[in-house]
This record gives sequence, structure tokens and C-alpha cells, in this order.
Amino acid sequence: MSRPISESRDSLFAAQTLAPDAQQGVGTADAYAAERAPVSAGALPPVLLVDGLTRTYAGAQLPAVRSVSFALGRGECLGLVGESGCGKSTLARCLLRIEEADAGSIMLGGQDIAPLRGRKLRPHRRKIQIVFQNPAAALNPRLRIEDSLLDPYLQLGREAKLSHFAYTSRDAYVRRLLEAVELPAELAGRYPHELSGGQRQRVTIARAISIEPEVLVLDEPTASLDVISQGAVLDLLTGLRRSLGLSYLFISHDLAAVHRMSQRIMVMRSGEIVDQFEAEDLFSEERHPYTQELISIF
Amino acid sequence: MKTAYAHRRILRSVPASMKHRLQAGAAALFALLVIGASIYTFMILKHDPTLTDLRGRLLGASTLHPLGTDHLGRDVLTRLLLGSTQTLGYSLLALGTALVIGIPFGLLAGYRRGWVDRLFMRIADGFLAFPDTIVAIVLSGLLGAGIGNLVLAIVLVKWVSYARLVRSTVLSESQKDYVAIARTHGLSDARIMSRHLLPHIAGHVLVLASLDLGKIILLISSLSYIGLGAQPPTPEWGAMLNDSRPYFQSRPELMVYPGLAIVSVVLLANMLGDYLRDRFDVKKEAQP
Repeated sequence: MSRPISESRDSLFAAQTLAPDAQQGVGTADAYAAERAPVSAGALPPVLLVDGLTRTYAGAQLPAVRSVSFALGRGECLGLVGESGCGKSTLARCLLRIEEADAGSIMLGGQDIAPLRGRKLRPHRRKIQIVFQNPAAALNPRLRIEDSLLDPYLQLGREAKLSHFAYTSRDAYVRRLLEAVELPAELAGRYPHELSGGQRQRVTIARAISIEPEVLVLDEPTASLDVISQGAVLDLLTGLRRSLGLSYLFISHDLAAVHRMSQRIMVMRSGEIVDQFEAEDLFSEERHPYTQELISIF
Repeated sequence: MKTAYAHRRILRSVPASMKHRLQAGAAALFALLVIGASIYTFMILKHDPTLTDLRGRLLGASTLHPLGTDHLGRDVLTRLLLGSTQTLGYSLLALGTALVIGIPFGLLAGYRRGWVDRLFMRIADGFLAFPDTIVAIVLSGLLGAGIGNLVLAIVLVKWVSYARLVRSTVLSESQKDYVAIARTHGLSDARIMSRHLLPHIAGHVLVLASLDLGKIILLISSLSYIGLGAQPPTPEWGAMLNDSRPYFQSRPELMVYPGLAIVSVVLLANMLGDYLRDRFDVKKEAQP
């Protein structure tokens, strides 16, 4: 099952170079280190502080998410890896308040949003957005791309002062968003089924950043894409994080992608964070046995 | 009921595009026929549909009475055309009311889940336990025979199928990521239901409703035939069939005309349902 870590490291980097470098022609470990650098260095207070978050599904004996705590710095990309069913997506849904946590706090911009409901929660919704794994399911098939892109602004953006995506007119706003994710403006009038998988995922990213959130939860954003599109979407996300000063919680079971994107990595198993470390320490011998097992699989 | 779907057997071997053209042609021809007859009857002849004339009873076809007169000397074509507004109007009223009750019920049950769903669906199961004909007969017994009570009976039975259809669609649709994302955009439950979920169920509901329309027309006509629906002298097709029964041997066409009218409208409603099903690409399971 397990291979020596040094051997695994070679195969992991080989995997990393496969996707983006086919297009970009960069592939050294230094280039990745530069890509991972946080937007703002220094001791800024964390933009997201999660403490003791627990979620148990009705009828389940064990919690899906068990006492998870972590901090996400401003401009940082924090990776979260773990096998399927370990609770990564449940954690994401709890952070977005799509599902309710049983216990714990979610400090977002200094305010605990876990106990808030209805109108009190609404102003905080803009600060955290999500990109799901399957863009086909994340877009309403009966809405044109422009209508999907406008939804967040019409609900939450009017109350906020947007700087990068300031709303002047409907067309200009949509065009600006599509430009930001490197899509042609002609796609605005199309329906999701008329777009490729990679284009759809770019649209969901555009929608998520349209109201300039502080935190973007990326729940396996490249899992349903082909290798070329995966690399292109990861490049796009890196660029957006830098230009918009976003903080990412990057969830994936793809250790190579997480290592490429993140400054810090958390490893989740059976609902618990079992390991948390700087990305460059991924191959350290001190890693948790489960982390070493994950590395050896890659 | 088999005759209502007879056209499907005939049309099965015809290609879809051709089938739609044939159906559209048949519907257009029927509409032209009805419009032409209506103009001639209501603008030129202007008979009173309820005025009895015993000296002119059971007359054959003539320019004055294109389909003849019935046993009370009333013009059959006038009553037949006015009967369409009765039969079709009350059928649409029953259908519309069933939709107005069933859709919100199903939406809420499917979206809210939990105890709301359990409560709503047990109520629906309770209504589903009674066949429509039995409910109509019981209601007529309790409240008296009449078209109003018949419509009430149909609504009581029919709303359940819409509630269940909407619920099942909403149950699966509300699990999709775009609904979760709509929540993160701060959309209220009512807005999520109206903007994201209603458009998804509209196609399914439209198909079921158009197929149901034929059944409701048949139900209203058949219950009026046995005297539980429209009361004399209202020109209703089922009641007209009943009125003509004693004269079946001497003037069989008096029964044929309303019978043909019922069959034609039910066929058209079913053709519309088939067309809508193909148009909205609704799966076979949506059929009753």
C-alpha cells in the first residue's frame, strides 16, 4: 500500500507538471512555491476562524464533522484533503450555512455567524461564497448565464460597495465578470447546457466572486474537469486570489492540486482534522501516518 | 377510457415531426369547424338554447336547424356549442382549482420535508383513498346534485395527484447544488421556490394537467349523464346524452352529436398532452 515518501514526492510533482504545464510551460518546484505565496504577509487577524465545529446527521452514530477548528488568514489558500466521505463537503456546507452545525463557532470577519438566522445572517452571506464540484448541477439549467451571474448581486451586492465589479449596467457587469474568468461576452445569453464543463465551472467561479466575498470555499472545483481544464481553472483561481485578495479554503482529494495551490494543508479523516502543516512540510517525516498514506497513494 | 387513447395506437408508427404536424392539422381543422359553426349559430340563427317548442320537436337537419331539434324542440347545434362552454368551462375550473391547491401543497412538502412533508402527504393519502366517482356520488347525496358539487368532488380528488407530482420533483430538484447556492445568495425560501423550483415543475404539471383535462371532461359528462352533474335545462353534453336516451331508436343522431363532441374534445386534450410531453421531454413516469 505505502511507498517511500521520497518516491511518492517524485510522482506527486510529476502529476503536478502534467496538467498546467501542458499549457504554461512552467514546472519547477520554485514556480509552485511562488504561486502558493499568500497575497498579504504579516500578522493580520484571520478572516475565518472556525472552532469546534461539529455536525451529526440524523440517525448517524458518528458525527460527519467532529470538533473541527482552524484559522484562514487573509489572502491565504488553505488546503483540505481527505478521502471521499470523510466530511470535507459537510464542513463546507456548514461554513456556508447550507447545513446547520450542531456545535461550534464560525467567526467570519470578527462575527460568529453560526447562531445567526434569517435577516441577521443575510449581510454576512456576501462574505463567504462557494464553488461546487459539479458545475452542471451548480447552475440552474433553465436560467441564462447572465441571469445566473446577476442573482448574487441582486440579492446581496446592492447593499455592499463593490470595487472590482462595480455595477454600472447589467450588460457591463456581466461582461466584466465573464472577462474576469476569461470567457467571451457572447456566452452571457446562452444556457448552461450550451457550454463546456470548463466554461461552466468558470461561470460558477465568476458568480461566486461577483459580490467580492472575503472567503471562497472551493469544494473540489476541478474534480469533474478534464486534465487540461483542471490546470487552466487552477491557474485562473490563483490569479483571482491575487487580483481580488481572496482567501480560499481549497477542498480536494487531489493532493497534487492542493499542494500546488495552498500555503497550508489540513488532512481530514472520519470528520476530524488529523494533521495540519505548512505546504512545504508535506513530505516531512513527521507527518501523520494517514497523511503519509495519502502521499504514498499519489 | 380506451377510446381516449386510441389515437396513440394509430400515431405510433408515424414519425414524431409528422405526428405533430398531423395533430396540429387535426386540431386546427376542429377549431375551424367549431368557429364556423359558432358564427353561423350565434350570429345568424340566434336560437334560444332553453326555449322549448313542442310543435317543432325531434325535427331533422335543415338550414334553420343544422343538426335538428331535440325532444323539447330546442336547437341541437346551439345547445351543443353552448354545452362546450359548460363541459369545458367546468372542467377547466375543476382543473385550475386542483392546481391552485396541489402545487403549493407539493412545493411546501417537497421543499420543507420533515414533519410538514409527513403531515401533508398523509392528508393527501387520505384523499387518494376515495375514487373520484364515489366522492362525487357521496357529495351529491350529502349536498344535492349539481355541477358545483361535482366540481368540488373532482377538485377534492384531483389536487392530490398534482401535490404528489410537484413534491416528488421538488424533492429531487431541491437537493441540487444550484438550490444550495441560491441559499448562500440569501434568497428566501419563497423566492427559491418561485424562481428556481417552479419553472422545473411547470412542464410536468402542464403535461399531467392536459392529460387530466380529458379525464375530467369524461367524468363531468358521465356524472351529468347519470344526473349528478348539470341539471336541466343546462345544455351540458353528458346531460344531453341522457335526454336523448329514450329516442335512441328513432333519432340516434341526438346521442351521437354530444358523444362525438365529448370524444373529439377528450382526444384533442390528450393530443395536447402528448405534444406537451414531447415538447418538455418529460419522462414516461410523469404519465398517470
